[in-house]
Amino acid sequence: MSWLHMMILLPFIFALVVPYVYKKFNPRFHTGWFVLVIPLVIFIHLLTFIPQISLGNSVTSTVPWLPSYHINFTTYVDGLSLVFGLLIAGIGALVILYSIYYMSKHREALHNFYVYLLLFMGAMLGLVFSDNIFVLYVFWETTSVSSFLLIAYWYEREKSRYGAQKSLLITIFGGLAMLAGFIMLSLMTDTNSIREMIRNAVGIPSHSLFIPAMILVLIGAFTKSAQFPFSIWLPDAMEAPTPISAYLHSATMVKAGIYLVARFTPIFGGTAEWFWLVSGVGIITLLYGSVNAVRQTDLKALLAYSTISQLGLIMSLLGLGSAALYYGIGNDSSVYAVAIFAAIFHLVNHSTFKGCLFMVVGIIDHETGTRDIRRLGGLMHLMPITFTLTVIGSFAMAGLPPFNGFLSKEMFFTAVVNASNMTVFNADHIGLAIPIIAWVASVFTFVYSMVLVFKTFRGKNKPEKLGKVVHEPPIGMLVSPFVLGSLVIIIFFFPNVLSKYLLKPAWYAVLPTLANAGELKVKISPWHGWNTELFMTIGVIIIGTLLYIYLRKWYRVYRFYPENLTLNNLYNFSLERMENISGSLTNKYMTGFIRDYLVYIFAFIIVVVGGAMWLFDGFSFDPSNDAPVNLFETGLVVAMVIAALTVLVSKNRLTAIVAVGALGFLVSFFFVLFRAPDLALTQLVVETVTTALFLLCFYHLPQLRKEISRVRFKAVNALISIGVGVAVTIIALSANGNRLFESISGFYENSYELAGAKNIVNAILVDFRGIDTMLEILVLTIAGLGVYSLIKLRLPGRDKNEGAE
Amino acid sequence: MIQGILIFSLIFLSFAIFATIYRLVMGPTAPDRVQALDALGINLISGVAIFSVLLRHTGFFEVILLIGILSFIGTIAFARYMERGVVIERKQSD
Repeated sequence: MSWLHMMILLPFIFALVVPYVYKKFNPRFHTGWFVLVIPLVIFIHLLTFIPQISLGNSVTSTVPWLPSYHINFTTYVDGLSLVFGLLIAGIGALVILYSIYYMSKHREALHNFYVYLLLFMGAMLGLVFSDNIFVLYVFWETTSVSSFLLIAYWYEREKSRYGAQKSLLITIFGGLAMLAGFIMLSLMTDTNSIREMIRNAVGIPSHSLFIPAMILVLIGAFTKSAQFPFSIWLPDAMEAPTPISAYLHSATMVKAGIYLVARFTPIFGGTAEWFWLVSGVGIITLLYGSVNAVRQTDLKALLAYSTISQLGLIMSLLGLGSAALYYGIGNDSSVYAVAIFAAIFHLVNHSTFKGCLFMVVGIIDHETGTRDIRRLGGLMHLMPITFTLTVIGSFAMAGLPPFNGFLSKEMFFTAVVNASNMTVFNADHIGLAIPIIAWVASVFTFVYSMVLVFKTFRGKNKPEKLGKVVHEPPIGMLVSPFVLGSLVIIIFFFPNVLSKYLLKPAWYAVLPTLANAGELKVKISPWHGWNTELFMTIGVIIIGTLLYIYLRKWYRVYRFYPENLTLNNLYNFSLERMENISGSLTNKYMTGFIRDYLVYIFAFIIVVVGGAMWLFDGFSFDPSNDAPVNLFETGLVVAMVIAALTVLVSKNRLTAIVAVGALGFLVSFFFVLFRAPDLALTQLVVETVTTALFLLCFYHLPQLRKEISRVRFKAVNALISIGVGVAVTIIALSANGNRLFESISGFYENSYELAGAKNIVNAILVDFRGIDTMLEILVLTIAGLGVYSLIKLRLPGRDKNEGAE
Repeated sequence: MIQGILIFSLIFLSFAIFATIYRLVMGPTAPDRVQALDALGINLISGVAIFSVLLRHTGFFEVILLIGILSFIGTIAFARYMERGVVIERKQSD
């Protein structure tokens, strides 16, 4: 058990304590102050890893969990997981600080809030530090569940519940697909450890399970990271409290899929399928998210779509960068490997500016009471600090200098321009489309970033639409976005420090083979000459500004957008249809009639028994063991058949009872003929008693149903009963024809010596196999008691059905 | 010789059983059928008796007695049912 294990488990342990703390100290102290300690401790602990990691080392430690299944809680710290760990703990601390001021300690159920948040934080830390795929999966699902709880935090609202359900359905679907992919991976590589998989990855691409495993793992990553077409849950997850949106749905959870793709790049990367799936889906998501973000009127929805789009950007960079693994060690590879670096860089940048933006939107919501762009405006003079922070965040998102988004956006353009020159993976035909789509998406990104800033803060103030007197929020609320906003600028001016200590080790972790060969070198500088990328950025700014200014003119374009063809409608429609279809399907066969269920059961018997006999060639009739048949036996059998048929076709119940009685008598005579006196005696008594009971029931039959009618003939019934009869007869004859071994009845012939009994049957019943008899006595006892209590026990209020008589 | 006679009589008994079964199936009214059932019991008694002789064994004599008792009880039950509508009457006080 290392300290890192303790750090991962610390949030879970503290989550147990939170309710007691809440009960004891609320409302004197805000519960958040106690919780704030946890991410700070974790953050500081993670910082101590930096010296080791930046030297290219990694740290592992194992705690056995299910050693016999090779499932151990192994933590593994390398550059990639450290970057994620620092993001989770750092932004976690800032979000908790923010939530202390955002969440009222008088009105909100804070113990729930912080328990869920801590669960999520622990799960996320476990996810990024786990080396074992199954442990990773456990933490993965824990993030889904805790995210579900957090989205539905205000569970009395219907939209919260809808959003929570949707996100749960989609992410769990992806999680299960991922589990299947993991199992395939574990089959292919014969290990559960990601590091060993990477070490054994050489022969994997030729394995037959490679493509299915890749697709399944990618479905997991795409659902979690809200990639097209699984992105629909993210906008609806905005019903969560804003600190949660900032934390889960911009900075951490949605990056779990990114982490997964980056983590598995050494295994799957270098193949055309991976390249096209990851970068193609990423590019589509980028365009889809940015185009849709422009038409949102709710600030959080706008940010949600922009998150989708930025995640698509990171995902496409990871896909483009995987081409480096195809080229292997050489000059070509480092050109593409830079894309991976850009992905990690933009990941960090996005976490900073998007976290900041969400918090700012939360502040606006908190201070004005609305997030609707149409009701906001002219807040610049009223909230100057908030305005400054928004500008920082939005301009970073749009990719303008002097903010960190500019650097990673430039690297993104470099990557896509390189991709268009690619000659492998059939990229030469549609390779040119990649930079064009990326550029168009960047223009839209610019437009919605401007919408975010200027529609909210410029223009006329509309106090009549806002219920409150608008002013700056308390200082405590501004601290977290301020820290993140400062980071945005600091990273722009000192990117190489961050790069040296954090990003490069992460880069080396994603491309270990290239890193070992010393191929990976990058230098970030804001100014890199007049090249294609810069012209692209200038183009984005010019066209974006024009588009923003004339937004009203072309906004009508969105009306052409087919309203009914959105993915959301598809989701709702398919969910509804699924419920309807399965409902009607169930109603169709669960009719409530016992007759139907019996038909299913018997048909199943015919199919299974007959099918098995037919498939395995089980029909065999061997008459050599049979005894000779007497004429009178034949006569008795015919008499029995007639009596049995009479039961079937009798027109009234009394005839049927008489025929059953006759049948019983004849059976007892057969027992005599086959030398079974005890059976004959019992059979006679039971037969008589049964007949008397039938007569009793007959009297008690309700008046209405007393209509004496012929048994209704149904072709299906006849078919099924004949089928069952034939099947059973065939089995009996086949079984009789195949005596595999001698029976053990010879043993019981010693009953006099062994049990002192001359009657073998009785000796078997009470001596050799007395337990059976005892239990059958028990059965009779229970039946007797049951009949008694059914007759005597009449609980009041339960006799409603008797009114129908 | 005696064995042949016994088997012969068993065969004839099965003819008799046929005849009672015919009445049991066709009998136009319920009392006809109950009568047939009663007669079936009697036939069976003789059948068991002949069979016991054929086997030279006394193990089945109890069956004969039992058939006698039970076919009597059964017939009574049917008769009561048809006459009074119930098999077991309740006491007046109920």
